[in-house]
Amino acid sequence: MKSPHAPLPKLLYPLLLAALVALPSAASADTLLSVELPRLNVAEYHRPYLAAWVMEQQTGEVTNLAVWYQLDEEGKEWLKDLRQWWRRSGRKLDMPVDAFTGATKPPGVYDIELDGQLAGLPDGQYTLHVEASREVGGRELLKIDFAWPAAEPLNLSAEGEEELGTVTLSLAP
Amino acid sequence: MKLKLIIVALLGLGLSFSAHAHRFWILPAATVLSGEDPWVTFDAAVSNDVFFFNHFPLRPDNITATAPDGSNVELQNPHVGKHRSVFDLQLTQEGTYRIGGASEGLVATWTNEDGERRRWPGRGETANPEDFDTAVPKKADDLKVVYGTRRNETYVTAGAPTETVFTPSNSGLELQPISHPNDLYNGETARFRFLFEGEPAAGTKVTVVPDGIRYRDAQDDFSVEADADGIIAIDWPGAGRYWLEAEYGDDQATPPATMRQGSYVLTLEVLPQ
Repeated sequence: MKSPHAPLPKLLYPLLLAALVALPSAASADTLLSVELPRLNVAEYHRPYLAAWVMEQQTGEVTNLAVWYQLDEEGKEWLKDLRQWWRRSGRKLDMPVDAFTGATKPPGVYDIELDGQLAGLPDGQYTLHVEASREVGGRELLKIDFAWPAAEPLNLSAEGEEELGTVTLSLAP
Repeated sequence: MKLKLIIVALLGLGLSFSAHAHRFWILPAATVLSGEDPWVTFDAAVSNDVFFFNHFPLRPDNITATAPDGSNVELQNPHVGKHRSVFDLQLTQEGTYRIGGASEGLVATWTNEDGERRRWPGRGETANPEDFDTAVPKKADDLKVVYGTRRNETYVTAGAPTETVFTPSNSGLELQPISHPNDLYNGETARFRFLFEGEPAAGTKVTVVPDGIRYRDAQDDFSVEADADGIIAIDWPGAGRYWLEAEYGDDQATPPATMRQGSYVLTLEVLPQ
């Protein structure tokens, strides 16, 4: 099923990570996504809407990993503010989708298990997108390019500046 | 053919297709919507300053909203103010809605035997087609009879964009999406095709004006011209709202008209990536 891949270009080597919460059972090298929602010193804080998805770079095929929003009818009104996700996937969906939707979350670091969600993907070059949008706040989109399947265990990270903290994609072969 | 020279009556401008006609527009508060049966509010105005209300309202009576399934949707809470009109729309269907108005009619101009310029209908008057034969001479100096059409449109989408509302009526100048008007993003070239009376409108001249004229020294408008297939390509100078006017004319008119012209106005929103 999984074919060997050429080594990744240097620019995809993981950045030096800020201190991350230790991952449980790191030895088993799961494929997972770690997303940090930063604690913000703002007068009016609302939990952000968040969407995480991977897109195949050639076909544009989207696989949703997580969408966190206010899980009621009223909450759907603001899904469009996850601007890129809405365009690439959300507007074609009948929300909620049990497989990946969840409630908004307070500041913290969250691990999303991806083994099941990435397992069936065709071999190829992908881009992970993590997009966050906060009421009375800003919006930020982080992207991480990766090859699937991974030839070796890899941790790829991106650092948000406003609405997102550290986002790490851990890939297990 | 029942002529409704709405804009004429409204503006007292006549169907002049000159570049000096006033700009008019329908401006949605949002074009991309999510959620259950979302509402959108609209402003409609006649004003050269894009998009500021300082001249005249565009009356909601002459504006129709068409749902993705082709049905007409009632405009809610219409209000006509001094400088603008306002109405709301509830998007109870998923897909793309068209909000707009259209008018058409004959305008004749000539020079009479005393060397005076004449026109029919007179400025600010509504034409009665039955009067054409008596009001317009069969022969006169500089006699021009123009069949003119106007459209003024905008589009909004709930959920995923659809294309049903773009089915051409084959009347006047119409827009066909290559890029969908509610799927426009800064950094991506937008392409639209224009049809006139159902045929590709080669050479259609399009002027684009970005929002926010008050806050800059120049109009910052730019022009593009349609190719042989009636297709234009636009590279946006940035995200924001735009006013677009397309104009087409040729001499393939049906008598008594000697020329036919189409004007098409569209309000667009371009989102950041």
